[in-house]
Amino acid sequence: MTEPLVRLTSISKSYGGAPALADVDFACAPGLVHAVLGENGAGKSTLMKLLAGVIAPDSGEIEVEGRARRFATPRDAAECGIVCMFQELSLMPHLTVGDNIVVAGAKPRFGLVGRGDYAQARAALDRVGAASVSLSARVGELSLAERQLVEIAKALYRKPKLLILDEATSALTSELVATVFGVLRELKAQGAAILFISHRMHEVDAIADRISVFRNGRHIETFDAGARNPDQVIGLMIGRSLEELFPPRRPPPGDAPIALNVAKLNWGEQLRDVDLVVRKGEIVGLGGLDAQGQQQLMHAVFGVLRGVTGEVTLDGRPLDGVRPSRAKRADIGLALVPEDRKTEGLILDMSIADNLRLAALSRAPFGVLGLARDSQTRLRTLLDRLALVYGALEDPVATLSGGNQQKVVLAKWLLLSPKCLLLMDPTRGIDLPTKAQIYRLLRDLAAEGLAVVLQSTDYEELIHLCDRVYVFYAGRVARELQGDDLTPDALIAASMNVPLAAGARA
Amino acid sequence: MISLIRRERSLAIAVAALVVLFVAYILIHPRGFSVYVVTIWANQGALLGLAAIAQFFVVLVRGIDLSVGPIVALSNVVASYLLDGSSVALVGGAVATLAVGTLCGLANGAAVVFGRAPPIVATLASGSMISGLALLLRPTPGGAVNEDLSDALTYDVHGVPTSAILIVAALVGLSVALRRTLLGLTLYAVGSSEPSAYMTGVRVARVKLAAYAISGFFAALAGLYVSMVTLTGDPNIGPSYTLNSIAAVVLGGVSLGGGVGSPLGAVVGSLILKTISSLMFFSGLPPLAQPFFEGLVLAAAIALGALGVFRVRSRLDWFR
Repeated sequence: MTEPLVRLTSISKSYGGAPALADVDFACAPGLVHAVLGENGAGKSTLMKLLAGVIAPDSGEIEVEGRARRFATPRDAAECGIVCMFQELSLMPHLTVGDNIVVAGAKPRFGLVGRGDYAQARAALDRVGAASVSLSARVGELSLAERQLVEIAKALYRKPKLLILDEATSALTSELVATVFGVLRELKAQGAAILFISHRMHEVDAIADRISVFRNGRHIETFDAGARNPDQVIGLMIGRSLEELFPPRRPPPGDAPIALNVAKLNWGEQLRDVDLVVRKGEIVGLGGLDAQGQQQLMHAVFGVLRGVTGEVTLDGRPLDGVRPSRAKRADIGLALVPEDRKTEGLILDMSIADNLRLAALSRAPFGVLGLARDSQTRLRTLLDRLALVYGALEDPVATLSGGNQQKVVLAKWLLLSPKCLLLMDPTRGIDLPTKAQIYRLLRDLAAEGLAVVLQSTDYEELIHLCDRVYVFYAGRVARELQGDDLTPDALIAASMNVPLAAGARA
Repeated sequence: MISLIRRERSLAIAVAALVVLFVAYILIHPRGFSVYVVTIWANQGALLGLAAIAQFFVVLVRGIDLSVGPIVALSNVVASYLLDGSSVALVGGAVATLAVGTLCGLANGAAVVFGRAPPIVATLASGSMISGLALLLRPTPGGAVNEDLSDALTYDVHGVPTSAILIVAALVGLSVALRRTLLGLTLYAVGSSEPSAYMTGVRVARVKLAAYAISGFFAALAGLYVSMVTLTGDPNIGPSYTLNSIAAVVLGGVSLGGGVGSPLGAVVGSLILKTISSLMFFSGLPPLAQPFFEGLVLAAAIALGALGVFRVRSRLDWFR
């Protein structure tokens, strides 16, 4: 076996008495893609933060290429060739794509940044399949998927010896993931080590050479990819099987009343003549490659976009001129769980309770909260149903894990008892057990008559959870899939707008 | 060109507003377009422009500097003691004055970076101390400043105001430094998102210290130029520079949220402010009514910048 690039020896780290990592030994070798698996709170993120110099261990040693190191800042780690891509994107929104990438570089000659630096940034972008992203575009104007690509390009630009990817592909469609994986394989062939964290099992299967499983802050086992079957791997992670992940499908009868009806919806170039029907009790998926109009459809229905033409009705009632502030009213009953929970879904510094109250604000009598007597009990019941793990309702939302933050977003809207729930990639970057809980909850809600629209980049989710899937391509509905037609091949073919046979070969 | 205007829309609007105001000013001025009128206008603009550049560097890293005016006053007072005598003494005096300003800025930066004080509070306190120092050094206006140097810097070169040449040179130098060097990029990076910059490996503390020190340097430069124009040291000139420098950067399209804007914008904003107040002076309006109309024109200029909201197609963009 080759000499490891990075070796951790009996590392421990605890936060306020709660151990996040306990006596962990870990090593990763050059020329390998090493996947780190574990549910949220297993210690993966802490491990990555230690390697990236964000936090320092309480005890234990970090060796890089045989030399003991102490990282005080991410800069120290970067100088040792360790580059980390976190789920919380590390891009500067007001800077251009080019500046964002170049600013990460080593010290240039005479302190001047030149054309050559930007040419390299361009090359890095092209390499990860972001050829359509302009160097002069502002990062704040890019979609989540584009920002992730820029983030990966930025990491490549720094020529890492150890590249850490923490949910780096969570917003990418399978096509882009394949491009990124191609780049990772090149890096690996050049002798770089890659640490890969993902909650998507098929991605781990596709790229990992070696797998380490963490549970409760401990390093459980490391083995070569393929040495264990997926069920065994999940068993190691959580002690449960994959069948438990998705609840059984319970589609409503074909003649169930129509909840949401969208007809001939148009918005500039991005939505063209979209027709769509969601019945009560149905979970309808919106699939397709990135930015084909799925997100815009959600925003159009919720009244975020201006200049939308076409007809949208909910329970037969037209939704003309609806705004987010009106859409949530009891008589309309529309709720949207946005794509980016950190900026659009929650106010991170506010407490859990206050975040939950915010959406309900207009419903409170005279705008004064706490008058409705049953509100507290309803809140508790709902949070129990979601199995939210929290200290106190007064804690800031920022203290919760990603999965639990997403549950708060869901709870916030469910408190309003909507008739139709629009979800934008609700399980992005969330661990399997929490995903399973959210899936079960959605299924239960649908059974109670809620109409659910789910936009997702995760094919497994579309295939196993949804009753029907609309696949978008270039602003149109390319195909509607349901029942036995709803297969991975059909979904991929429809996403690329090619006949099924061609798609299956691709 | 069109794409450039679209990208720098707030700056383009500010420039357009400035052109309109300048034409109105020239039309209303009894002496019309002449080297004399333009030189006075450019000198006034340069004074506030340098202070606004000082404010720009702090605002760029998501701060706000209430000590810009006091530093201008202190360096003006220091210059009134040191800017006289032989040419060697003059150079030494200028360097000492700039060093005083830079030190004041560095102290602000240290309070914000190491003391973790909110910029508005830190600079309120330091500004008060700096004004106090200026008053102790020179309780009443006075002192002497070398007149040859003053003449050389406040008149014109072949009909072009010297102050305008100096400001343009400074702007060219600054935009190269900000857009083409790593320090410049890291200033924008820190202002745009401190956590992201930190994760990228930027030395955030050092960059912020640099921003405050550069701010102090330009405030001192403004103070030096005040000495050139007025030929005295006056400890009481501070307050108007502080608030006007903040108004100028906002007018020039610099975001108070950090990470957005340019020194050019700060200077354009300063020229707009100075042109409005000169316009009032010659407008023939009763002096007591002038502040109201000055505010009205300012509000109109700001409203122009807000026109962009009508073109937004996704309402989410209003909050971005």
